Amino acid sequence: MPQPQQGGLLTLRSYVVARVLLTIPMVLLLLTLVFVILRVIPGDPVLLHFEKAASPAAMDAMRHELGTDKPLINQYIDYVWGLLHGDMGKSMIDYSPVSQQVMSAFPATLELAIYSTAFAVVLGILLGVQSSRRFHSAQDHGIRTFGTITYSLPVFFLGMVLQLTLAVGLHLFPTGGRIAIGMEPVGLTIGSFHIATGLFTVDTLLEGNLVKFVTALRYLFLPTISLGLVICGTFIRMTRSNMLETLRMDFVTAAKARGLPNRVITYTYALKNAFLPILTMIGLQFAALLAGAVLTETTFSWPGLGSYLVGRIGFRDYTAIQGAVVFFGLLVTLVSLVVDLLYAYLDPRVRL
Amino acid sequence: MVVIGGITVLAVVMMTILSPYISPFNPSAINVGPLLQPPNSRFLLGTNHLGEDMLSRVLWGGWVMLQVAILSVVICSIIGVTIGLVGAYAGGFVDKISSLVMDSIYAFPGLVLAIAISAMLGPGVINMALAIAVVYIPSYFRVVRSQVLTVKELTYVEAARALGAKSRRILTRYILPNLLPSVVVVVTLNFADAILTAAGLTFLGLGVPVSTADWGWDLTYGRQLLFSGAWWVIGFPGLMIVVTVWGFTIMGEGLSELLNPKLREIA
Repeated sequence: MPQPQQGGLLTLRSYVVARVLLTIPMVLLLLTLVFVILRVIPGDPVLLHFEKAASPAAMDAMRHELGTDKPLINQYIDYVWGLLHGDMGKSMIDYSPVSQQVMSAFPATLELAIYSTAFAVVLGILLGVQSSRRFHSAQDHGIRTFGTITYSLPVFFLGMVLQLTLAVGLHLFPTGGRIAIGMEPVGLTIGSFHIATGLFTVDTLLEGNLVKFVTALRYLFLPTISLGLVICGTFIRMTRSNMLETLRMDFVTAAKARGLPNRVITYTYALKNAFLPILTMIGLQFAALLAGAVLTETTFSWPGLGSYLVGRIGFRDYTAIQGAVVFFGLLVTLVSLVVDLLYAYLDPRVRL
Repeated sequence: MVVIGGITVLAVVMMTILSPYISPFNPSAINVGPLLQPPNSRFLLGTNHLGEDMLSRVLWGGWVMLQVAILSVVICSIIGVTIGLVGAYAGGFVDKISSLVMDSIYAFPGLVLAIAISAMLGPGVINMALAIAVVYIPSYFRVVRSQVLTVKELTYVEAARALGAKSRRILTRYILPNLLPSVVVVVTLNFADAILTAAGLTFLGLGVPVSTADWGWDLTYGRQLLFSGAWWVIGFPGLMIVVTVWGFTIMGEGLSELLNPKLREIA
C-alpha cells in the first residue's frame, strides 16, 4: 500500500497515482511469469507444436515467421514491447494476430461475467442478510449449509445437471451456444455511425429487436445460473459476518431505540455499512469468476475466452495460449485496480 | 463442523482405499454389462457407454484426485511456508521481492495458470500436482508472512534472539510452531481447492489418460452422453466430488473457527 506523506491523509489524486504506479511492476512480473512458464521452461514452441513431425524447413519457416528463432532475451523484449502496443503475436495455426482473436472472444466472457456476478451478489446479499437476521435459527443454518455446498460444486457438474434437467429434459432453455444461428445482433447504425458492444443483450436492444433480446437471455440463463451459484457462497458468508458485526453497532441500537422498523434498519442502515467489504469481495472474486468462466464456457459451448483458450490447447497453438493467459492476468489486475480506487473514493480511511 | 467434515473425508478416503476389495467389477473393464443401463439390481449405479460398471468406477474414481491433492498440498505447503517464513523474517528486499512474485501469481485466475502449466507439462498425476501446487503457493505464503510479521516482534522471540539463538533456530523452534494451527487450516481448505482444480483440469482433458477410472473423467465423456439422458454416468461421480470437497471445506471452516476465537464469537 502507498505510504501517507508526512503522516497525513493522502489526497485522492496522490493515492490514485501511487496505486497506478504500483501496478506497473506487478504487470511486468506477471508478463515475465507467463513468459517463463510458456516460453522458457518448455523450450521451442514450434517443435512442440509439430510434435517433431514436420520437416526442418517448415519448422524454420514458422520460427522465422513467429520470431522464435531470435535469442530468448530478444523474444522477451519483443513480447513486452508488442503487448504495450496491443500486439500478442501471431497464431501458430494461420498467422493471424492473436490480439484480434482474443478481443473478439472477450465480449462473450464479459457478458457472462457481468450477469453471473450480478446474480451471485444479489442472491448472496439477500441470503446473507436473511441469515444474519435469523441468527442461529434453522434458517441461518440452512443458508450456511447451502453456501458451503455451492462452494463445493464443480461448476461444470452443476452446469451439466442444469442442462440435463432444464434443457434436455424440460426443453426450457437451449443446452449451449450463445444465440441461435442467424440471430446474431448487428447493433445500431445511424448514418455512418455504428455501435456494437459485442454484448448480445445490449446489441439486441440497440437493434430494437425484442425477440432476439429474449433469445439472447435464454441462452445466457443456464451458464449465468451455474457460474453465479458457484461463486455466491462467498458473498453469503461475507454479507452474513459483516451484517452480524454491523447489527451490533451503536447506530443500529440507536435506530432501534427510535422505533424504526426492522426492515428499514437492516436494509438501509446496516447493509449500507456492510457493503464496502462486499465491494472488495467482488474484486477479489473476479479471478475465481474467470477461472469458473473457463469451465462454464466449455460446458455450455459458450464462445468466449475460456473456450478459445481450451480450443487452442487442443491445437497446440502456443502463441494463442500465451496471449489468452496474459489477457486473463491483465484483466484481473485491472479489476483489482479499479476496485481499490473505487474503495478509496468511497472510504477515505483506506488512504490513511 | 470439524467432526462432520472429518467423518465425510475419512469415509471417502476409506472407500477409495478399499475399492480394490469392495468393487464388484474391474472399473476399466468394458462390456461387463449392456451399454448405458440405468441403475438396476445387477449394476447398482448403472453402466456407461462402454458397458463399464459405474459403481466400480465411482468407488475407484477418487484415487487419482486424492493422490494429486495430497502431492500438490505437500509441495505447495512446504514451498509456501518456507518462502513466507524466510521472506517475512528477513524483511527488507527479500520480503519485497517475494511478496511481489507471490502477489503476481495470486493475481492469476488459478485455473488458468494451472491450465497453462499442464498444457505445457502434459497429463499425469505428478504434472497435475505440480501445476496445482504452483497456483496455491501464495495462499500459504500470505498466511505465514502476516503471522511471522506479528510473531517476530513478540517478547519471547526477542528474548531468544538476545540469548544468542541463531536465525534458523528461532525460525524453526520458536516461530514455526506458532504458525502451525493456521497452516493446518489452509492445508484443509487447500485440499478442497486442489480437488476442484484437479477435477477441472481433468474435465478439460488435461488431467488423466483416457479411460482412467476418475470422477472428473467420467464427467468429461458423460457430457457427450447428456442427450441420451444418461444421468447416472455424470450424477454419481459428480456427487462424489461435491461430497469430498464439501467435507474438506467444512472441516477447514470448523478448524478456523476453533482456532480463531474472535470469529467464533461472531459466528
